[in-house]
Amino acid sequence: MNGAQAIVKCLEEEKVKVVYGYSGVAIAPFYDALGETDIKQVLVRTEQNAAHCASGYARISREVGVCAVTSGPGATNLITGIATAYADSIPLVCITGQVNSELIGSDVFQEADITGAAESFVKYSYLIRDVNDIPRIFKEAFHIASTGRRGPVLIDIPMDIQMAEISKFAYPDKVNMRTYKPTIEGNAVQIKKVVKEVAQAKRPIICVGGGVHLSGAVDEIRKFSKENQIPVVSTMMGIGVMSSLDPMYFGMVGNNGRPYANRALNESDLLLMVGARVADRAVNRPDLITENKVLIHIDVDPAEIGKNVGPTIPLVGDIKHIFKKINEFEDKEDLIHKRQDWIDTLNEYRLTMVEKRPEIDTTKFVDPMAFLNKLSIRLPEDAIYVADVGQNQIWSCRWHLVKKGRFLTSGGMGTMGYSIPAAFGAKEADPHKTVVAVMGEGGFQMSMMELSTLKQYGNNVKIVIFRNNFLGMVREYQHYKLEDRYNMVILDESPKLDKIAEAYDMKYLKANNQEEADALIEELLKDDAPVIAEVVVDPYDLAK
Amino acid sequence: MKRIYSVLVENHAGVLCKVAGLFSRRNFNIDSLVVGETNSRDVSCMTIVSSGDERTIEQIEKQLNKKLDVIKVKTFKESISICRELTLIKVRYNRENRRDIMENCDIMKAQIVDMSKNLMMIQICDTPERVELFIEMLRTVSIVEIARTGTVALTKCGENDKN
Repeated sequence: MNGAQAIVKCLEEEKVKVVYGYSGVAIAPFYDALGETDIKQVLVRTEQNAAHCASGYARISREVGVCAVTSGPGATNLITGIATAYADSIPLVCITGQVNSELIGSDVFQEADITGAAESFVKYSYLIRDVNDIPRIFKEAFHIASTGRRGPVLIDIPMDIQMAEISKFAYPDKVNMRTYKPTIEGNAVQIKKVVKEVAQAKRPIICVGGGVHLSGAVDEIRKFSKENQIPVVSTMMGIGVMSSLDPMYFGMVGNNGRPYANRALNESDLLLMVGARVADRAVNRPDLITENKVLIHIDVDPAEIGKNVGPTIPLVGDIKHIFKKINEFEDKEDLIHKRQDWIDTLNEYRLTMVEKRPEIDTTKFVDPMAFLNKLSIRLPEDAIYVADVGQNQIWSCRWHLVKKGRFLTSGGMGTMGYSIPAAFGAKEADPHKTVVAVMGEGGFQMSMMELSTLKQYGNNVKIVIFRNNFLGMVREYQHYKLEDRYNMVILDESPKLDKIAEAYDMKYLKANNQEEADALIEELLKDDAPVIAEVVVDPYDLAK
Repeated sequence: MKRIYSVLVENHAGVLCKVAGLFSRRNFNIDSLVVGETNSRDVSCMTIVSSGDERTIEQIEKQLNKKLDVIKVKTFKESISICRELTLIKVRYNRENRRDIMENCDIMKAQIVDMSKNLMMIQICDTPERVELFIEMLRTVSIVEIARTGTVALTKCGENDKN
């Protein structure tokens, strides 16, 4: 057995079902060995998207996503994908081919110091020097990626190691790393303190982040909210933890969120931050958030607690474990009527704090609010919705209603072009679900090369493109802050999308106005086929 | 506020780079950084002196702990530790100032470790403050070169007894 075969054996041991990637000489031995197995290989059209595909796959399957690319430019192209996964704590194992061991450091053809270059975007990285280390390193890599605060792990493997004979293959049962022991169970004393504070609070609120999805704690949080009558708001990554239709859910916070969600956050006397970073987009002034309130910060990563804001009660551990424990405490009887005033107040805010929308001539353009509301209603309730980055993302956060499905987006890094490859991976993880990717024409043109990947693998993602001939989000910023000087945002001469659809042999739909939009939605969801739907929106429409 | 981080790390390639990279990436200062093996060959000890407010110090410690090559982080103030810095100083001397330099060395318990016709090399091993003071005293003569190790430190023995 050679190194490449050993790697593949490790992937089989980890029950990996699919590897996304791009070949090259330095990774060819690995793919040669992979071809002998039942593990599916998906050849994307540029390496960055291999990581995004693996990310979409990981988020829906709750397994570790795997991608493998060649050395040099293949590896450096992967970096944005790795950084995107790192910012959202998505578990990936990224394999890169490397030049022969003895050539490392001599700047030979297609050599890049990828472990060095990716250092600040990975949870951990390995450069394999000895073929016999392969089983241990892969066991560790999958363990590191999928435990504690999830994240990408990079494994760089020189070609000669892939081809070297391994003396004996034995996949370890357990990981033994003295430097890595993430805290899973929450501290019992802290949990008791939390329960006590919750019982005393008159105006409690829970702010959920992406960590709740990563921990698989959606049911526990919903139960906790319901039993204790605590309203919930979410960060962008926390969308979908609560059903959008749940009366206890009060929307997304932050500068792109709902005004009533922010107000709820500010007026609470107890804030439970759960699996959220308290980053600048979600909380305007993190330093002020603890004024007049008790802040409980629950996160698996101790370094997140106190990074942006000093909590009253820090609680480190896995959210699912912690909320299972918290939910075991009883004695909630008298709370419900006590909190009715608070809930009534928030409902009043929800009804009265109506956001202003620009006037839109719906005979000339589609109103994204009406469109997304309608699309939400027509989508199956377990549909997977992937939003790209930009105005389309903010509109999606506001108006897409998540029922039993998932809402995916690149929240931390804000990587344009995430939606098509992530939707591809999501669809592979759960092929029976309807998967929609919603983007602008900017993000589309950053990822349209993957249309041929969709076709090649028969992956029926539905693509919705809001067309406005602008990089809308930046244009909006220029409108508010730079006196409408529209530099570097005009996307005139974008390709004719009907021709693109024809070139890739996909169904094409277009809506020029609101009336056509309704018909487009019906047609979009009619059959399980890949579709490009072009939705013309007002170039001067705003996200807020 | 000054803090000393005594960081035990896995003794393998690239670890120094990861730890130093963490400081620059997160915009933390490094006043000095010293690395050496410990009594166990697969473990190195990095002594890092850094400064910042309370929250920065806490973040540095947490971020260090998060690195998978870091085995243990101990953070302490100078006041509960013994700190030493080894410094070599090459100075130019002449007949007039030779005696002065030697007297200064005596007072500060520095040693002359090498000499030529015009130059002498002085070694001082002391607390960073006293090293600083000694260098200041030598400013009157012409200093040719200086090499400083940076601070190494361990907590005082009594601190171990407390635990």
